[in-house]
Amino acid sequence: MSDTEAQAGPVLAADGTPLKRSLARALRMQKLRALALIAPLLIFVLITFIAPITDMLLRSVKNEIVVDVLPETVAQLQSWDVDSTAPPSEAVFSAFYIDMVLAEEQKLHTRLGTRLNYEKTGLSSLFRKTGRRVGRFDTDVYTDQIVALDPAWKEPATWAAMMADKADRGALPLTARTWDRWADYLNSEGKDPAKTKVEDFLFTALYLDLAAGNAKSVADPRIAAAAAAAPGFETVDIRSQFAKADKDWLDPAVWQTIKIFSSRFTNGYFLNAVDLQKGPDGIEPRPESQQIYLMLFKRTLFMSLVITGSCILLGYPVAWILANLPSRTANLLMILVLLPFWTSLLVRTSAWKVMLQQQGVINDVLVWLGIVDDAHRLVMINNQFGTIVAMTHILLPFMILPLYSVMQTIPPSYLRAAKSLGATNWTAFWRVYFPQSVPGIGAGSILVFILAIGYYITPEIVGGTTGTFISNRIAYHISSSLNWGLGAALGSILLGVVLLLYWIYDKIVGIDNVKLG
Amino acid sequence: MKRKSLAALVATTALIAPMAMAEDMANDMTLVSWGGAYQKSQVRAYAEPYAAMHPEVKIVWDESSNEAVAKLRAMNEAGNITWDLVDVVAADAIRLCDEGLAMEFDPDTLLVPGDDGTPASEDFGDLLVSDCFIPQIVYSTTFGYRTDLVPEGVEPPSSVCDVFDLEKYPGKRALEKRPINNMEWALYCDGVAKDEIYDVLATEEGQEKALAKLDTIKDSVVWWSAGADTPQLLADGEVFMGSTYNGRLFSVIEEQHQPVAMMWDMQVFDLDGWIIPTGLAADRLARTEDFVKFATDTKRLADQAKYISYGPARKSSAPLVGKHADLGIEMAAHMPTDPANAKNTLLYNYEFWADYRDDIDAKFQAWLAK
Repeated sequence: MSDTEAQAGPVLAADGTPLKRSLARALRMQKLRALALIAPLLIFVLITFIAPITDMLLRSVKNEIVVDVLPETVAQLQSWDVDSTAPPSEAVFSAFYIDMVLAEEQKLHTRLGTRLNYEKTGLSSLFRKTGRRVGRFDTDVYTDQIVALDPAWKEPATWAAMMADKADRGALPLTARTWDRWADYLNSEGKDPAKTKVEDFLFTALYLDLAAGNAKSVADPRIAAAAAAAPGFETVDIRSQFAKADKDWLDPAVWQTIKIFSSRFTNGYFLNAVDLQKGPDGIEPRPESQQIYLMLFKRTLFMSLVITGSCILLGYPVAWILANLPSRTANLLMILVLLPFWTSLLVRTSAWKVMLQQQGVINDVLVWLGIVDDAHRLVMINNQFGTIVAMTHILLPFMILPLYSVMQTIPPSYLRAAKSLGATNWTAFWRVYFPQSVPGIGAGSILVFILAIGYYITPEIVGGTTGTFISNRIAYHISSSLNWGLGAALGSILLGVVLLLYWIYDKIVGIDNVKLG
Repeated sequence: MKRKSLAALVATTALIAPMAMAEDMANDMTLVSWGGAYQKSQVRAYAEPYAAMHPEVKIVWDESSNEAVAKLRAMNEAGNITWDLVDVVAADAIRLCDEGLAMEFDPDTLLVPGDDGTPASEDFGDLLVSDCFIPQIVYSTTFGYRTDLVPEGVEPPSSVCDVFDLEKYPGKRALEKRPINNMEWALYCDGVAKDEIYDVLATEEGQEKALAKLDTIKDSVVWWSAGADTPQLLADGEVFMGSTYNGRLFSVIEEQHQPVAMMWDMQVFDLDGWIIPTGLAADRLARTEDFVKFATDTKRLADQAKYISYGPARKSSAPLVGKHADLGIEMAAHMPTDPANAKNTLLYNYEFWADYRDDIDAKFQAWLAK
């Protein structure tokens, strides 16, 4: 009886714990040990590779700068119709004034101008120019009138105390928000807001709160007095102040751009990367004179395929010879294959320039032989041809090496057996040898294609105008135009395309059929 | 015992004194420049004399000016600025200033007055194109042509519009692979008056007009992206004429003795100078400011012209420009600012290109790829 019970229960290990748990623990230990072994590499890859790339790619959708720099303006613009043909109301301009002064203090307005200039030409200098003037707007009218009521308004300490009071803050919401941003900035600069001169824009914010009637029932007598006097104040038309700084501020298209690009995340960069743009009526194609990226993507894919194809054509026979020669000769030839790896990429590319240019070696020889007329020398560089030749040469070893290592494992006896069974040379090769070398072709093609698709130095040097790749534009946007968002969007699309092709390749050929050695 | 402690005291004081000084000014300085002959001229005119005066200072050069804007932005985001002084063209200085990556300064406090006593703000004058930019040299982008390839019985080219005249001057041209300068020349040769170029270029039709003009020579153009390309193309006889920086042409003509001549017509003046990155520690900033004061005085700027044919940015330096240090030729005649060379010039329009660069570049690249 007790015997059968023990059999029905869980199987126990020697120490009495259930065998399943004991086994699981042993396996977990093993997994942990394995993890610990690869941990240094894993952490290294995460920190130096995955994290920066993710951060970079996220820039393609990030767009905080507009709402961070112009929070009041963006809030006020909610009520402005984006299709409107009239500039926004005075309320928007007042909010914009406060945002701009704060931005100018922190030198953020030019950065914002650069960002918005990607979407609408001219905004860069508009923001820069206005930044210089915005501190000298006539808003000191409010300052003077409020200070005239009570000189204590001039004291930063008055403001600091008022802004620490919950009731006052509730009564003056705009002033409180503006004060907080101002105080944050001063604190980050190591200055004390309670001791720094109270600027005009704070008085303007205060006046706007008072004029809006927010502070009617406030207890603080100083604020109450100001609230009572505010309706009688002389006012400033801030909109015309901006118009005086630059008449473009009255152009609704400027405000359209700000409103359209005011969300925290944008698809604008991605749209741009596929030759589309955001208009007031939604997504529309870019003007034809500016469409370039789709064409470059197609060209990059096409040329990478051609380069991969020519690498197969040139590399296959070389690998075959290497695999079938006695090892001493094969090793010598192998050095020749590897030799290009030990020469600088730039040197190899420049060497092709010397070879292929119109006054270059090949043309000189052809002219000397009389094959080509001196006046009609061949154009072999600064075009697609030059890029394909130079890149095939540079990437050839990446095709030969995997091919060679796969071919080495194919026993020569198979070919002999095929022939002894009556196959012709061609049939023996095509039906017996070639299928066994396909994993090498697969591995070589993936290597060459993926390397080719991201190349930019060689196309830059020998590609001219028709032989450049999408990577050249990515490099331009990262290092020259500083439009990192667009560069990141183009890069993300390229990454997506490569992953998609890889997936298709896996479906058609099967990734198990790839052998790197 | 007493004696020993006295000696120790002397030793510590002796140690502390230079350390206190070192705290005021860092002794390591990383300067960023363009490499090549230009950087060499800076080393010889500024860095070597400065190092002779301050043997404790170690100057390291980094040849990264080409991608300085992107690198500075990355450094700033990482919060680790390793550069102390960066040589950039004025357009990049304006962008760095806009991005808050370059330090704003007051010219009359940071820079010394000219030898004749003119305050720095007047001595540099209009060349202070940005609040962050310390001008150093005036250079120009202009044309060089092969003298031996000029067709027989034809005058050598003397006008920028000869670039667009394929009938009179057959052969390839080298132009920079960007819209700046090319669009201006195209419009000018399409009959637009010089002072209206930018008004026209600001319009859609004007941009199309410029590209249409460039279209007439598109098949004969080799596009360059590095300053060394055109000199090489000229030396190889690959092109008949090409645009590049005047200093590069000087070296092709005077140092390598190639059959090349200058064509100064409609040369485009541009400026190159220093910016100080924002966020430097106080001791490093002090050292950098000390170096800048020295390196941009009247004498030093004039000295640089001994090694390269770029004009000094100070008015007071111009009369001091002498002979080339190695070649022994008078440099004044090779300066882009020399009256004989500067009969018809254009000044790089910084504000215009800051706005239109992205827009026109997109159109230009689309046009190129067509």
